[in-house]
Amino acid sequence: MITEQETHPLDDLLRVDRIPHIWCPTCGLGIVLNSFLTAVRESGIPREDIVVVSGIGCTGRAAGYVNLDSFHTTHGRALPFATGLKLGNPRLKVVVISGDGDLVAIGGNHLIHTARRNMDMTVVCVNNFNYAMTGGQFGPTTPKGARLTTAPYGSYEHPFNIPFLVDSCGATYVARWTVLHIRQLTESIKEALVHPGFSFIEVISPCPTVYGRRNQLGSGLDIVKYYRDNSIVRNDIDTRECEIEYQGKIIVGRFVQKRKPTYLETMNEYLRQSVGEGFVPYQGPMDDGD
Amino acid sequence: MKLWRKPLDSDEKKPPQGRVHILIERCKGCGFCITYCPKDVLESSPDFNRRGYHPPVVVHPERCVNCGLCTIICAEFAIWTTPVEEPQPQPQT
Repeated sequence: MITEQETHPLDDLLRVDRIPHIWCPTCGLGIVLNSFLTAVRESGIPREDIVVVSGIGCTGRAAGYVNLDSFHTTHGRALPFATGLKLGNPRLKVVVISGDGDLVAIGGNHLIHTARRNMDMTVVCVNNFNYAMTGGQFGPTTPKGARLTTAPYGSYEHPFNIPFLVDSCGATYVARWTVLHIRQLTESIKEALVHPGFSFIEVISPCPTVYGRRNQLGSGLDIVKYYRDNSIVRNDIDTRECEIEYQGKIIVGRFVQKRKPTYLETMNEYLRQSVGEGFVPYQGPMDDGD
Repeated sequence: MKLWRKPLDSDEKKPPQGRVHILIERCKGCGFCITYCPKDVLESSPDFNRRGYHPPVVVHPERCVNCGLCTIICAEFAIWTTPVEEPQPQPQT
């Protein structure tokens, strides 16, 4: 008798008892999580070494669904929490998966300073152009003209160009993909996991329930079809050129990849020079069971 | 995909064959796998699962080439493919 093992290949990296997740049908967040877990699997990094940190919001739930060490932090504070985690144990691979509202709006100040310090961590920022979990308020990434609950006549604010923001602050790996560029996104996350320094990946994701419905963009399938027809892959361009306009072209690709000393490398080098030869570089906690 | 000529090594090499596995009760019926399957292996089932969604159903199992796109595009971790090993031809003595 043939018995089949009916478990998904990623089930061991998921908290299966929490599945099905709360994300709406045709939301892109499940695809981002799938892509991240595939990247973790293919990168070969031991799962004990990876920590996932999330903030609040729809994307903030991601930390609760991965069967890795994970933390669900307060609103906007995923990055300072992750910074502390990395400084506490520099051998960990710290990954922040959070939304645009959490990272760029309330956590915006932390984002620019984490990028400025070139903290060695990977940030996956899922951008769905609004605060979806609290009912669809407009935020700092909402394109000009998009209608949302708190912008019934359309948003008139100029939105953030997130790759340009983090690039100008000092991030050393910046990429942007839509949820339909799954293989490129997976490759990008794999690259970012082994990249020393602040690596930032923006993922454009459909929000059919709030953003799509308010703007009458159709179902999630229609929004993703629009991504397929309107995204242009342009690697290594100047990040000033990748602004997102309402229903305009979406420029995706890997924009920045460079090597710069990380925060800990800079700190150890600077203190070695100032303190002298007696300085012992900080390597994290010792393995003697303390 | 249509080929404009028959490949010269088509007698020796065959495209890989895959098998689709679906966890019907996990599906939320988003339709990504059905829409983006390059070989049109799947269709939406007329039946409901326990939560009231229409899961995909395999209508052309012979077309699957185990590309794995449905595996990575599924937001619900409900579908994946495995390779089907062809029986090796026995060497003639």
